[in-house]
Amino acid sequence: MSDYILEMNHIAKIYGNGVVANSDVNFNLKKGEIHALVGENGAGKSTLMKILFGMEQPSRGEIILRGKKTVFSGSKEAIASGIGMVHQHFMLVESFTVAQNIVLGMEPKKGLFVNSEEAVRFTKEMGEKYNLPVEPEEITKNLPVGLKQKVEILKALARGAEILILDEPTAVLTPQETDQLFEELNQLKKQGHTIVFISHKIPEIKQICDRITVMRSGRTIETYLCEDVTEQQISNAIMGCELNTSIERKVKKYGEVNVHVENLSYTDKSGVQILKDISFNVRKGMIFGIAGVQGNGQVELIDILSRKRAVQSGNVTFFNQDISGLNQKTVRELSFGYVPEDRLEQGVASSVAISENMISNDLENNDFQKYGMLDFRKIDEFVNENIKGYEIRCAGGAQPVGMLSGGNMQKVVVARECEHNPDILIAEQPTRGVDVGAAHIIHKKIVQLCEQGSSVLLVSADLAEILKLSDVLAVMYEGEIVAFFESTEGLNEEKLGLYMLGIEKHTLEQMRKAVN
Amino acid sequence: MNREKSFNILRTAVAMLAAILVAFVIIILISDQPVQSILIFLLQPFSSGRYLGNIVETAIPLIFSGLSMAVLFQTSLFNLGGEGVYFMAGIVGSIAAIWLKLPIFIFPLLCLMVGAGTGILVMLVPGVLRAKFSANEMVTSLMMNNICYGVGCYVLNNMMRDPAVSTLVSYKYRSAAMLPVIIKGTRVHVGILIAILCAVLVYLFLYKTKWGLQVKATGANAKFAKYSGMNVTKVIIMVHVIAGAVAGCGGIVECLGLHKRFEWTALPGYGFDGAMIAMLANNNPLGVIGAATFVAYLRVGADLVNRFADVPTEMISILQTIIILLISAEKFLHKYKQKWIEKDVQIGEVQNEGVH
Repeated sequence: MSDYILEMNHIAKIYGNGVVANSDVNFNLKKGEIHALVGENGAGKSTLMKILFGMEQPSRGEIILRGKKTVFSGSKEAIASGIGMVHQHFMLVESFTVAQNIVLGMEPKKGLFVNSEEAVRFTKEMGEKYNLPVEPEEITKNLPVGLKQKVEILKALARGAEILILDEPTAVLTPQETDQLFEELNQLKKQGHTIVFISHKIPEIKQICDRITVMRSGRTIETYLCEDVTEQQISNAIMGCELNTSIERKVKKYGEVNVHVENLSYTDKSGVQILKDISFNVRKGMIFGIAGVQGNGQVELIDILSRKRAVQSGNVTFFNQDISGLNQKTVRELSFGYVPEDRLEQGVASSVAISENMISNDLENNDFQKYGMLDFRKIDEFVNENIKGYEIRCAGGAQPVGMLSGGNMQKVVVARECEHNPDILIAEQPTRGVDVGAAHIIHKKIVQLCEQGSSVLLVSADLAEILKLSDVLAVMYEGEIVAFFESTEGLNEEKLGLYMLGIEKHTLEQMRKAVN
Repeated sequence: MNREKSFNILRTAVAMLAAILVAFVIIILISDQPVQSILIFLLQPFSSGRYLGNIVETAIPLIFSGLSMAVLFQTSLFNLGGEGVYFMAGIVGSIAAIWLKLPIFIFPLLCLMVGAGTGILVMLVPGVLRAKFSANEMVTSLMMNNICYGVGCYVLNNMMRDPAVSTLVSYKYRSAAMLPVIIKGTRVHVGILIAILCAVLVYLFLYKTKWGLQVKATGANAKFAKYSGMNVTKVIIMVHVIAGAVAGCGGIVECLGLHKRFEWTALPGYGFDGAMIAMLANNNPLGVIGAATFVAYLRVGADLVNRFADVPTEMISILQTIIILLISAEKFLHKYKQKWIEKDVQIGEVQNEGVH
C-alpha cells in the first residue's frame, strides 16, 4: 500500500459540449494533510473535484482510494467512501434549522416520524466532537456566512467524511472569520482528516497548507511542498509566465458630483430596516469603494441605484437628476453601466452568443444599425476588438456565452458594461471567483474608464481589490456607513476588518466627509 | 461545423427515421399485404404531380403554424393558442370574403389582412395577460381556444350558414376573394409563396434585427434582458402580435386557398401541429419549411395507404407523437453524442500538442 490515501492518475474529462476540462491530471493526497489546489478559472479544478466527489465521471484515468481502484457513479457513493465537499455556494435549505440541515437524508426516526430531539442532540454532539460549536435550533437563513460554512463542514463530517473538499472557503469571509476557519481546519487535520483547499488567495495557502498542486489549462503542472516555494513562484506557475499585477493610475482629477446619495433609508417587506441614512457623493474621475461583509445592505443599495428597488426615503440623483422615477431601461439611457454580482442570474444570457451578449445594452446605438437591421460587420468588429482587448478565451464571437469558464464570462460582462463608455459605472464584486490574470485585466479596464472621466462605485468584499482600486473608501456595517477614508494610504485589511465587523466606528464628522 | 448543431440535425433525422420504422411495424401488424402498403406509404407520394401537389398544399398551413410557434418558443413562451387563432381568423376572414365586394388581387389581400388582424387580437389576450399580470400563457391560450371555438360556431350557425346546403357550411366565397392556383393540374395555390415570404420575414426579424435579439435574450434569460435595459413587457406583447398575425394569415389562407366555403366544424388541429413542427425545426423559421414538408409527406403517404390499401389514417398521429417524444427527450442519443465528442477531441488534442 502506498502512503497516499488517494491517487488520481491520468484523469481526463471531456464535457458534452466538447470542452476539455481535464486532459491529463495527476493528483494525490496524503492522510492528514491540507493540500491546496490552485489555478486560473477554467484550469479544471472544479471539474477534478466534481470527479472526485462522483458528480462527474472521468472520460479516462483511474481513481485509487486507500489503495483500491474506485469508480463513483454518483456523489452518494463518494460520500459513503468518506469524501465530503463544501461548495462555494452553500447547499443548505435556508428555511430549515441547523439540526434539520445536518441530518437531512439520514434523519433519526421515531416510528414514522423524525425524532427532532435526537437530531438536536446529534448535532450538538458532532459540534463538540469536531470543535465546531453551532446552535442546532437556529434557522439557517438567520446565520452569518461564517456560521453557515461551519454547518456545511459539519454536515460533511457527520456523514463520515475523512477527505474534505473546500471550494474557495474564504471568498466570503472577513479576515477574522478566516483566521477562525484556519484554526478549525488545523484541529481537523490533527484528528486525521485530509483537506483539499481550493483558493485563489496565495498568502492564505502559504499560511495553512502543507502541499500545493498547480493546475493550468486542464493539466497538473507540479506539486510542491508549501514551505519550498515563494508566493511569486506559485503565482508564476499558475500563470505560466511572470505577471505584474500592479496598476498604474496616471490621472487622478475629480470633477463635478455625478452620483449624489442623501439620507437614503430602506425598510424591507418584513419591516427590517436594511439601509440607515446613507449619504455619499461620487465625483467625476473617482473610484468610490464600499467595503463590507456581505449582507450589510450593499445589495439593497445597489438595487436602488440600478433601479430594481424603489427609493423609499431620501434623495438619489445622477447628474443632478432625480432617479426615483426611472426604471432599469431609462436609467441606462443616462449613460449608466452596471457589473452585477451574479453573472449567471442577470449578467448574461448563457445560451445566446458572446457577440449578442456584448451589445445587449446598446441596441439603440445607430452605429450598429444598417437599413433598420443589425449591422453584423460593425458588431463583429466591436466584439473582436473586445475579445482581444480582454483576452477572452473563446472560439469566436458566435460561441454561446454559457460555454466559457467563469472568468471569461465575467470578462464579457465587464466588456459590455465598460466599452460602451458609461459616465457612471457600478461594479459589484467584479472579480469574485475570477483568476489573477482575468482580475488584472478587469481592474485595468475599470481604472482606465475612471481616468477617462467616469464615476465608478466599486462594491466588493475582496479587501485587496478595494484597497488597490479605490480613491476614497467607505465601510458599510448593518446598513450604515460606519467609516470613511479620504485615501487608502496606510490602510490594511486588518484595520478595515475591525470596521467591517462593527468593532470600531468613525465619528460623525469624519463620515460627513463622504459627501465631499 | 458546430458540433452541437450537427448533432441536433442528426438527432432529428434519427427521430424521423424511427417514426417511419414504427410506421412499418404498424403496417406489418395490421395490413394483409404489408410490402405493398409500405411501398405505397413511402413512394406513392412521389409518383405523380398531383400527389406532389398534395404535399405542398398540405404543407402550407403547417408552415404558418410552425412559424407562429417558433417565434413563441424562441421567447420561451409555451403558447398553444394557434388552434383558436386559425379557427377565428378563418371565420372573420370568411365574413369579409363572403360579404365584401372588391376587385381581384386587392380582395384576397384584404381578407388576409382581416385574418391576420383577427389573429393578433386573439393572441393579444394571453399575451397581455402574460406580460402585465404574469398569467401562464399555456393555460390562458388553451382557454382562448375554447372561447374562439364557441364564438366561431355561434357565428357560423346563426349568421353565415348556407341554408341551401344540408351540412354545416357557410355561404360561398366570392370568386374574386379566392387565392389562385399557381400550378396547373394541382391544387397548389398562391398561399405557398405567401408562406415562404413569411418564413423569410420571420427569419430576418429573429436573426437580423435588434428586436429579434431582444426576443432571444428574453427567451434565454428574462432577468438579463431587463437588466440590459430591454422592455420585457413590450417584447412579450410584440412576440404575441407577430405569432398571432402569422397564424391568422395561415387560417384564412387555408380557407381561401382550398375551399369555396368555410367548412371547419371543429378546431382544425393546426395549432398543435405547429408546436411539433417548430420543435422539429429547432425553432428556426427556415427549418420550419422543411419540417412542414416532411410532415406533409407523411400525411399524404398515410392518406394514400388508407385509400389504396387497408391501413387507417389514424396511424399518422402515432407517428407524430413518436417524433415529438424523441426530439423533446434531450438525453436521447446522449451517450452516442458523448462518445462522438470524446473521439473528436482526442484527435484535436494531438494536433494541439505542438501549440502548447
